[in-house]
Amino acid sequence: MEQTFDLERYLEAIPYARFLGVKQSNQAGYRELWLPFRHELVGNPVLPAIHGGVLGAFLELTAIVCLLDAVGVNSPGRRLPKPINFSIDYLRTAGPRDTFARADIFKLGRRIANVHVVAYQQPHKPVASGNGKFLV
Amino acid sequence: MPFPACATSCHSIVSPSHVSEEKAKFALAAIFGAGQREMIEYTPHAACLGIRVVETGPCYAVMMLPYRPELVGDPTRGVVFGGVITTLIDHTSGLAVACALEQLTAIATIDLRIDYLRAAEPGCDLWARSECYKRTKNVAFVRAFAWEKDSADPFATCLATFMLGANRAGSPFPTSRGGNLSGTDV
Repeated sequence: MEQTFDLERYLEAIPYARFLGVKQSNQAGYRELWLPFRHELVGNPVLPAIHGGVLGAFLELTAIVCLLDAVGVNSPGRRLPKPINFSIDYLRTAGPRDTFARADIFKLGRRIANVHVVAYQQPHKPVASGNGKFLV
Repeated sequence: MPFPACATSCHSIVSPSHVSEEKAKFALAAIFGAGQREMIEYTPHAACLGIRVVETGPCYAVMMLPYRPELVGDPTRGVVFGGVITTLIDHTSGLAVACALEQLTAIATIDLRIDYLRAAEPGCDLWARSECYKRTKNVAFVRAFAWEKDSADPFATCLATFMLGANRAGSPFPTSRGGNLSGTDV
């Protein structure tokens, strides 16, 4: 499925997205981000588990990128949505596997957007969910 | 390095005085107090980011994340990505909880909410201070704030809860300074 929004280009433009190694998921027809597992992402080496902060950052990044998609991005110089706050619920241990995240924009107002994001490693087993408010 | 005990109003809503001086023996000082490296060395992502432990004490911890260009989330403004602050605060808060325990147990974040008060100034090291202000048998409650220049002028505040004893074998730290809990290759 052809996607007009060049998500990869935006991920490339955000240094921290490159640092985490976030990519666009190949899931056709759905806006989804993919966080390939690397040892550097581990927060608890005994379990092992991905660092909670990494998951939080991944959720927030997914929310921002999906918002950019929703508000329509034509020029690369467009201002990124600014986070007002972000709340994360940790639901399961995120093991040493690839993680995926999808965002739902609950409300896109003129100034504020409310976005829900879910990260999972297996279908129907979310590892973390997030809710963020952004200035758009 | 001394830090003001109550640097901001958000920080002084509840004082940690629920812990009496005798009880707040900071039992894990041997692990987190002296060398102050365990929390970083046993955590690949913290080591990868270059997070440093600045100070620990009963029920609190201060950490610093050196600035680097890879942390930027908004290239036009040069502002650090919000999720970086999440990582720093989550990590600092985990250590603050560890500093509120009498014995080592696994700590897992239940939830964490960050308010971004303003953008962090580009090019500055990021500091965070977390305080475990209440601990029950199973849950620890933490508040935290982060700043880049003046701890009285934070750019982010945070409330988080942690589950204690989440996984018996799950602590990333050795039970004593000699051995690794499960022999994983750290």
